[in-house]
Amino acid sequence: MKINCALIGSGNIGTDLMYKLKRSEVLNPLWMVGIDPESDGLLRAQKDGMKITADGVDGLLPFIKEDGVKIAFDATSAYVHGENNRKLAELGVKVIDLTPAAIGPFCVPSVNMEELLKDDVQNVNMVTCGGQATIPMIAAVSQVQEVEYAEIIATAASKSAGPGTRANIDEFTETTKLGIEQIGGAKNGKAIIILNPAEPPLMMRDTIHCLTTEEPDETAIRKSIHEMVVKMQKIIPGYTLKNGPVFDGKKISIWLEIEGLGDYLPKYAGNLDIITAASVNIAEQMAEEIQGV
Amino acid sequence: MDLRGKKITIHDMSLRDGMHSIRHQFTTEQMTAMSTAMDKAGVPMIEVTHGDGLGGNSLNYGYGLHTDEEWLDAVVPNMTQAKISALLLPGIGIVKDLERAVEHGISTVRVATHCTEADCSAQHIKAAVGMNLDTVGFLMMAHMADEKRLVEEARKMVSYGATTIYATDSAGYLLPDMVSSRIAALKAEFGDEIELGFHGHNNMSMGVSNSLAAIEAGATRIDASLAGFGAGSGNTATEVLVAVCNRMGVETGIDLDMIEDAAEDIALPIMGKPTRISRDSLTLGYAGVYSSFLLFAQRAEKKYGIDARTILVELGRRGMIGGQEDMIDDCAMEMARAKGLI
Repeated sequence: MKINCALIGSGNIGTDLMYKLKRSEVLNPLWMVGIDPESDGLLRAQKDGMKITADGVDGLLPFIKEDGVKIAFDATSAYVHGENNRKLAELGVKVIDLTPAAIGPFCVPSVNMEELLKDDVQNVNMVTCGGQATIPMIAAVSQVQEVEYAEIIATAASKSAGPGTRANIDEFTETTKLGIEQIGGAKNGKAIIILNPAEPPLMMRDTIHCLTTEEPDETAIRKSIHEMVVKMQKIIPGYTLKNGPVFDGKKISIWLEIEGLGDYLPKYAGNLDIITAASVNIAEQMAEEIQGV
Repeated sequence: MDLRGKKITIHDMSLRDGMHSIRHQFTTEQMTAMSTAMDKAGVPMIEVTHGDGLGGNSLNYGYGLHTDEEWLDAVVPNMTQAKISALLLPGIGIVKDLERAVEHGISTVRVATHCTEADCSAQHIKAAVGMNLDTVGFLMMAHMADEKRLVEEARKMVSYGATTIYATDSAGYLLPDMVSSRIAALKAEFGDEIELGFHGHNNMSMGVSNSLAAIEAGATRIDASLAGFGAGSGNTATEVLVAVCNRMGVETGIDLDMIEDAAEDIALPIMGKPTRISRDSLTLGYAGVYSSFLLFAQRAEKKYGIDARTILVELGRRGMIGGQEDMIDDCAMEMARAKGLI
């Protein structure tokens, strides 16, 4: 039997998640929670036969037990996530946090999923879109040898960045930096984000620079990067190594392009897909654990 | 053009935009020498930071010889009248960087976004207002938005608390009538409630002309730099602007002889090669490309064998904006591969 899920937040991310979850073999998107009854996400969810509430997470809580909701995705904002999570945790719901709140441990499935499943954590944080795209590449280098410093530049099409992202740009830079260090394995990290308004909208691009402590082992790093790209393509097929790795002394540079699946927003919005696809990936593993019990 | 009786505030860019032309390698001694000479000459405002603003120190934009704090400390304590500002690009710098700069003595911050992305500045403008800073909304690449859009974006920055709005010609693409119409549209919207500013680049040799057009249309803060020290073909040269203003009866409060000396004796020797309009930097203005891409494109030409102008034109065609320096090598590699060069 599929595991019932709730989507909290009816913006771009919540709505995209809805389409991805509808394809899942193990997850069933049952509830969509919003705060604006007129929001596009809620209207679409209702049309698709999901249960909806426009009263925020409190509108969902009374139905958690009777509807057997085991997993919730929170795509609201860092400011309300803490409260949402507290209420859901009391009812035994596992929470995938797509805000930059980072209450729970960071989750980048291709790097640390097994560890998180072993620890049976209640809440995981999905870092940021830029983090999901770039941390696997940094991890691919740091799995070979020590990375002194890693820096990423994430570029997203203006149309793919909602008001929440725009109002909280610092949370993106700071959370991504922490993810680069804690999950990517770089001793120090830095993140830069650019929103580009070009028409037609540009595909998401991510550039990664790593500085290794010692001279880089070119062959081993190339191999590790290519293996990680293959792993990422299983989560999101449009994950492409555009240029690099380019080696320049101890600096290694990688240029990615991320094409989305085009579920809610068009394919240029790879930044949306990379975080929603990764979230579905970890949630499916959690669901299998729950089913196994 | 009759500008008699107008008063403007010249905001000097040598110690921030000038960073771009020497890969952010100013020594603290050079910063002290230039700022002290400008302060004595009566320059009322001077900007100090990495060329890409607070937090710009990076592999992507280049490491500065010093931190923003070290640079500020080399300038702020020596000022007798000039006020010091910092630039902050949301997405690169963060509020914490701004808090540190305030501790090191800035009194103005210019929060800069691409001209269509003003809502990324809410967090930073609100924080700046909370710290009682003179807060400027700086709309970059202003040629990429028409008058109506520019006003809409400016309105957002004003709603967050900015009290000055700039039309920033980062690409040096604008011609005088395009500057007039943009500043006039902002003036029509905000009247005397909001101060207006113009930041020019001299890529099409329009630095002074565009500044005059801006003043005529109602701008009272004008950016300039010693001997044009700045990205691309440089900014409007401070000493030239002062001379022209003197002849036209526009009050700047700056002593012409002293600012000429600062440009000639102090800034020029530091520049390495004088800022001029080269074929590559002219291309920036011609194709509407962010001025600090210049040195990156020239380095890519050396690495990959594609003419810098060809790379710049392609970047313009692709709609690359300020901060996307990482796309220069990417674009050059793609072009070199298509030609079988790599």
